[in-house]
Amino acid sequence: MASPRQRAARWRLVQYVVLVAVVLVIAFVADWGQIQRAFWNWELVKEQFPRVLTIALKNTIIYTACGFAFGLLLGLVLALMRLSSVGPYRWLATAIIELFRGLPALVVFIALSVGFTLAFPAYEIPFGNLGIVTLALGLVGGAYMAETIRAGIQAVPKGQMEAARSLGMSHSRAMISVVVPQAFRIILPPLTNELILLTKDSSLVYILGLSLSGYELTKFGREGMNSAANLTPIIVIALCYLLITVPLSIVVRRMESRAERAR
Amino acid sequence: MTTHPTSPTSPTDRSTAAIDVQELHKYFGDNEVLKGIDFHVGKAQVVCVIGPSGSGKSTLLRCVNLLEQPTSGKIFVEGEEITDPDADVDKLRARIGMVFQQFNLFPHMTVLRNLTIAQEKVKGRGKDEAVEVARANLAKVGLSEKESAYPAHLSGGQSQRAAIARALSMSPDMMLFDEPTSALDPELVGDVLAVMKDLATEGMTMMVVTHEMGFAREVGDKLVFMDGGVIVEAGDPRQVLADPQHERTQSFLSKVL
Repeated sequence: MASPRQRAARWRLVQYVVLVAVVLVIAFVADWGQIQRAFWNWELVKEQFPRVLTIALKNTIIYTACGFAFGLLLGLVLALMRLSSVGPYRWLATAIIELFRGLPALVVFIALSVGFTLAFPAYEIPFGNLGIVTLALGLVGGAYMAETIRAGIQAVPKGQMEAARSLGMSHSRAMISVVVPQAFRIILPPLTNELILLTKDSSLVYILGLSLSGYELTKFGREGMNSAANLTPIIVIALCYLLITVPLSIVVRRMESRAERAR
Repeated sequence: MTTHPTSPTSPTDRSTAAIDVQELHKYFGDNEVLKGIDFHVGKAQVVCVIGPSGSGKSTLLRCVNLLEQPTSGKIFVEGEEITDPDADVDKLRARIGMVFQQFNLFPHMTVLRNLTIAQEKVKGRGKDEAVEVARANLAKVGLSEKESAYPAHLSGGQSQRAAIARALSMSPDMMLFDEPTSALDPELVGDVLAVMKDLATEGMTMMVVTHEMGFAREVGDKLVFMDGGVIVEAGDPRQVLADPQHERTQSFLSKVL
């Protein structure tokens, strides 16, 4: 009889063999020339630059950053309202959170662009499309982050608030100086997730009907794909998304380990 | 309740008491934790509160700076009624230092910042003055070289001394200690008790919930034994410890001494 360790080793060998087999089959079946023509046409790749960076990547970052900043602020306010001892604050925050967490981001975009214009023809959301993007991404992201922030605040040991209050700090001063900074350390990973999700949701801005200068990555890639009848532009913008999200993950991992050391 | 004639506080000096608790009741839901507490701490007195767990001694201490809201009864601190709904609780708390069993240092700040933040944000002291006060108090508890360390890098004993220094930096009129040595390794207890003893010698008014009978005997002016939410016995520590009058006190002391 084989020992458990031998059996585990044999089982792992089977896994590797299957994996290699799958890769080999794909490699032989695939028509590599066709794949390269459809997905990585060098001429088309060169055509994407520099505008894919100077317009599309830049806009994706701006939309996401504005939406995230507003969402973070909104999320913090909603979280504090959820934790308030004042009933109406709690109910209002719960209603807002449930509403914007439950709606697809696309619906929020439509409501804020088309819906707002129909409802208030005499008014405009300030800062034009950027204002709409900031509000829409902020509302959706803020609703999610509110629950994360609330969980973070509740994860800070009760003794921290008590110690701060016993030093004479008011409730809000203790929140600002003592509890919330510790809460943000705890929720750094889920907040990054939210930032990455918002980066991708920023593609929904296409619904606003932008001019070229307002294109973000997905819109830019789709336009390129349609005009060239080739998927290369999509591959290029896909790599651009990874260019944003992967370094973000690395930075946060660094921050986490630094926070870990300071604890 | 037994009051020994040698007790340094007599009922007559109640009007000038640092802490005066009258007919204090506290419920957690239906559970009555404090069943009519009546006692006081004189100025510059050290009062130690002992008793089995669940006796309400920590709750009593926490009521004195309103970390727990009393259900009924009155508490006066330096003559001011803190149970008055219109009392400025934040201002009063700034005058009452509190030391917790779990230290509760702020982990995201250096030791120095732990000591200065409330001075600046609550007392309105300037940065330089706050740092000066903080350094003086760190020196007092023997932690001068730790001012830029984070709490995670302190031992339990160092943490508790830093917490004491943090409370002292607010220049309080009195100090409350909630089992300050119960979370410490035995060999670290002495350092913390030494700091507390120095404080007592300097004339700080102190209310100490503790299991350290040696400290109570040596430093305390009054010993209060609580059980089941009432004060069973109070008096001079040496007499209460040597010759407890009440049967419940005798049974408790026989288990811990």
